[in-house]
Amino acid sequence: MNRKRNTVRNIFLGISSILMILTLYMIFLYVPVEKEMGIVQKIFYLMVPMGWLALLSFLIVFIGSILYLINKDSKWDVLAHSSASIGILFTALALLIGAIWAKPVWGVWWTWEARLTATLVLFMLYVAYFMVRSFTADEARGATFAAVIGIVGFIDIPIIALATTLWRGMHPGGIIFAGGLAPSMLLTLITSLIAFTFFYSLLLMQQISLKNNENRLKKLQQYLN
Amino acid sequence: MASRESSSSNWAVEIQGLTKSFGPRTALRGIDLRITAGNSVAIFGPNGAGKTTLIKILATILKPSSGKIRLGGRDIQKNTEEIRRLVGVITHQTFLYSNLTAYENLDFYSRMFDVPHRRERIHEVLNIVGIPSRIHDRVGTLSRGTQQRISIARLLLSKPRIILLDEPETGLDQQATALLWNALRLEGEEQYTIIHTTHNLARGFETCDRMLILARGEIVFDRERSSMDLTDLTQAYQHFIEVTS
Amino acid sequence: MMFWGKVLAIVRKDTISELRTKEVVASVLVFTILMIVIFNFACSANYELVKSMAPGILWATFTFAGVLSLNRAFIAEKEQGCLEGLMVCPISRDVIYVGKMVTSLLFMLIIEMVTLPIFTLLFNVNVISLQLIAIVILATVGFVAVGTLFSAIAINTRARELVLPILFLPVVVPVVISAVKASGLAIAGEPWSQLYSWLLILLSFDVIFITLSYLIFNHVIEE
Repeated sequence: MNRKRNTVRNIFLGISSILMILTLYMIFLYVPVEKEMGIVQKIFYLMVPMGWLALLSFLIVFIGSILYLINKDSKWDVLAHSSASIGILFTALALLIGAIWAKPVWGVWWTWEARLTATLVLFMLYVAYFMVRSFTADEARGATFAAVIGIVGFIDIPIIALATTLWRGMHPGGIIFAGGLAPSMLLTLITSLIAFTFFYSLLLMQQISLKNNENRLKKLQQYLN
Repeated sequence: MASRESSSSNWAVEIQGLTKSFGPRTALRGIDLRITAGNSVAIFGPNGAGKTTLIKILATILKPSSGKIRLGGRDIQKNTEEIRRLVGVITHQTFLYSNLTAYENLDFYSRMFDVPHRRERIHEVLNIVGIPSRIHDRVGTLSRGTQQRISIARLLLSKPRIILLDEPETGLDQQATALLWNALRLEGEEQYTIIHTTHNLARGFETCDRMLILARGEIVFDRERSSMDLTDLTQAYQHFIEVTS
Repeated sequence: MMFWGKVLAIVRKDTISELRTKEVVASVLVFTILMIVIFNFACSANYELVKSMAPGILWATFTFAGVLSLNRAFIAEKEQGCLEGLMVCPISRDVIYVGKMVTSLLFMLIIEMVTLPIFTLLFNVNVISLQLIAIVILATVGFVAVGTLFSAIAINTRARELVLPILFLPVVVPVVISAVKASGLAIAGEPWSQLYSWLLILLSFDVIFITLSYLIFNHVIEE
């Protein structure tokens, strides 16, 4: 059983490594430099996957949370919790990369651009998810409360996105996709997205097995007391 | 009432394979228990044995992780609201709002339980517990003993048939405990089934027909009171507590 | 009918208690007035500045007032195990959620309806209109829909006064944005059609989160 899991993980490790190298090659050697923004535009191939993983992680948190509330099986909480701990990292990176992008493009490190604002709120939702867990004395109740945040937060994301977009008076896709994307750029972006998605799956598997081991240790400890 | 009893078995409480876990922590591991209607059962056990968890599950405050429970012949998962009408609970907390008067508290609970003829019933139960005056004082200003009496009045209000007492003596003083047992006898044209948890062996022994010892989430001892005396119980209790700790 | 009868019993009990203690409505009202005064200093009593900031000040005040009053929603239930007392009553958990939510809504609306004329008076910006009342009601329903759920969570945590705003504020961001924008338009005298998209966001937030909270509330109070 364990060996089988390890094999799967090694396969994912292999695939993500190859795809990551391929992505780097495509970003720096294959895809041409954009005319108006110059070399800075290459950040884009990293920024979009980060935003995607921030959302994908929360989707997994959402699914895990629903299943946990329905049947209280702690394996679903492990899934949601693991995905959240990876998600908060990618959301932070998305904000950081967003700031690096904002500086040359808009001249400031931070701007209340709709997508950046929504990402910031998403980050705060992740913080709430971890906060409520660590502030609840009883572990099982903490997991339940976190699941509630996971569900409410995810349902809230489209409303937040809509509100921030209307708030800035913008329409989605405005800046990045203005004038469309050249085929080579699109190909690079898609490769990068696939590479990072594999990387996410690998991290998720790793995190889940870590959490499972932690829980097994806790059970042993309880048994020994 | 007679038809209710004949339609179901004579068991007031039927528990099969009940387990409850809180995340990685297991509180009850496979409880099987049947209690005859009209019996009074004392459950002994040290702290953390799972007594409160068991009471809370029977009171429908907690949901079981697995297992089947029937109270008065009704399934606890399916007929939850009916069962709540059947069951009365007293714990070490009074369940009373300290900013409301005694009367307002009882009025609130009788609305929640759809008690018919609210006013009359409230005065009736207040008379049973002996607080005709001061019913329009805020509960928070009353003495602990009086609050406990009002809490007993709250229990009696809905005429429950199955009474769950979770360590009543930690919440109720000696007088109030005596009052509670008296009140249950006074109202008892019909028989109450009483389940109460305690770690006071002598007190529990006095008031029960049957004794259980719960340790580490399992029933390790189950005897009729008539078959033994207090010293036997004390010995058995110490034996099981030592074995399991 | 049974359902609403029980809901009303909960609202009635909380209202009697509130009339006696004045813990929520009166105390939070004092807080909102203080907020308005402080914001006035923040704007240096500059009329033009105040006028442009009025919707923001109004909703910052209401949001914090919401956090404060929601923080108190479950305190009485936690004393003397009253929440367990409610849980052994022959009612579904939804009755408890709706009862507590209606109570909070009632208290919040009273606070806000008293604050609006005071705001108008102190800032000399008229914030009393049918449009604003509609915005206040829609936004407040959104606040209490998630706020009641989170308040029931926060009461079970350490440092609950801190936990509630951390859970509550990010989730109500769309409500705050919509309420501020819509109020700005209303104060500027725009017609209803201009407010339409913001009111629609508020309304959908209300419907979505009342339904969702209604569905998951029992998981919050049960272990």
